[in-house]
Amino acid sequence: MSSLRRTCLHEFNAARGARFVDFAGWEMPVQYKSILDEHRAVRAAAGLFDVSHMGEITVRGRGAGAFIDRLVTNDISRLTPGGVVYSPMCHPGGGVVDDLLVYMRAPEDYLLCVNASNTAKDHDWIRRNAGDFSGEIEDQSAQWGLIALQGPQAPAILEKLTPVPLRELRYYRFAEAPVAGVLCIISRTGYTGELGFELFVPWAQAESIALALEEAGRPHGLVMCGLGARDSLRLEAGFSLYGHEIDDEITPVQAGLLWTVKLAKSVPFIGRDALLREKTDGPARRVVFFRTGDRRIIRPGTPVLAGGTTVGRVLSGTLSPVCNEAIGSALVDAPAASDGLGVDVRGQRVPLTLCKPPFVTLPKQH
Amino acid sequence: MNVPTHLQYTREHEWLKVLDEATALVGITDYAQNSLGDITFCELPKPGRKLRCGETFGVVESVKAASDLFMPIDAEVLEVNPVLTSAPETLNKSPYDDGWMLKIKILNRAQLPGLLSPEAYEKHLGA
Repeated sequence: MSSLRRTCLHEFNAARGARFVDFAGWEMPVQYKSILDEHRAVRAAAGLFDVSHMGEITVRGRGAGAFIDRLVTNDISRLTPGGVVYSPMCHPGGGVVDDLLVYMRAPEDYLLCVNASNTAKDHDWIRRNAGDFSGEIEDQSAQWGLIALQGPQAPAILEKLTPVPLRELRYYRFAEAPVAGVLCIISRTGYTGELGFELFVPWAQAESIALALEEAGRPHGLVMCGLGARDSLRLEAGFSLYGHEIDDEITPVQAGLLWTVKLAKSVPFIGRDALLREKTDGPARRVVFFRTGDRRIIRPGTPVLAGGTTVGRVLSGTLSPVCNEAIGSALVDAPAASDGLGVDVRGQRVPLTLCKPPFVTLPKQH
Repeated sequence: MNVPTHLQYTREHEWLKVLDEATALVGITDYAQNSLGDITFCELPKPGRKLRCGETFGVVESVKAASDLFMPIDAEVLEVNPVLTSAPETLNKSPYDDGWMLKIKILNRAQLPGLLSPEAYEKHLGA
């Protein structure tokens, strides 16, 4: 594993029993003691995730907002400083280059949080599509650690360490303020569906912040969590994961992310024509979510069957520790996206019950 | 890894515990449960089923992967641990005791010396 990159919290994680895997070229904690226990801890109390592998790209200078609006499908022009927006960034054909969070730090000063596996690709894509934008495009990933604090106890834990009135920090807003004495970006966002925060922290000071969070979290049942629980939590919440529900081939229209595609915005963004056409004609295939009522996990790549015909494939699959049954997503031919689908598990037909996520009751975010 | 000295092992990480002349218990090792991680499902054969040495007798699934189970010797299934259907995580907590999988009838005692000793299994893990 010597060629893998390590996060600013590697030693911190290792000392807490992390089991590491290669994820997008990073040596990342996949679990500490138990994925299922970590998952349940986030739903019931709180979890701490090191997601410092995520990329941060800054776009700054005159016209930065309009430039980003040309790159992404969601509407950036409506952001105010301290606001965050989730958006796909598409190819001309509508497939997704990456999905990202856009942070508006000040007018014409944005930070994009992107997937670790796509950071280099995104940086290159953004530069190649800069057109007449002459501002600065910088990959700052090496400067930022990212710590996710997620779960109903998250505000009680974090408010001990920051002067920010967290109860007033609304969903998809952020503040730049000290946490344990270190200036951070405190973002009311997350990838679990729970109340929580994502903290962009200076790389060199990440460990002191993690230690302070651990200490503050102890009376609240805070648990260290790995990427395993992060994946099952996001799937239970019904959030797309790049490389699964969306990728270079699967468009936001197919993925049910039309709410992030602002076809009417004033800036003609990359992929607009293709997405408009697909919306008008109806997509040829669709991402659906399913449950099985059975504990056997349906693995990605498993063919989806209607009768004896293959009509799609599974994209994500796990056991929901809360529902105690297998849940997942699949890409299926649009006409087949209804009842009567199934998969073959070791020679046995398992019917898929299609449903609208989230699979669990999540807190109302506001 | 915990490798109890009173059991015999396979290279595929099953253990076998001889109970008497005719019967034995079969399960998976501490190493197996630890490598799999959280076990979420366990599929085992019905009592009465006869299996040959090396034949697949079931599947154990974790969040990470599904893994076949191999019969250590020729055997007939006498009992299946009922706990594992509703609580497969027992395999993580107690792989050698509460997490036993099958009680079997030994059909060919001559195969027993072919299994790995605890020392040989530890060496296999180290290799």
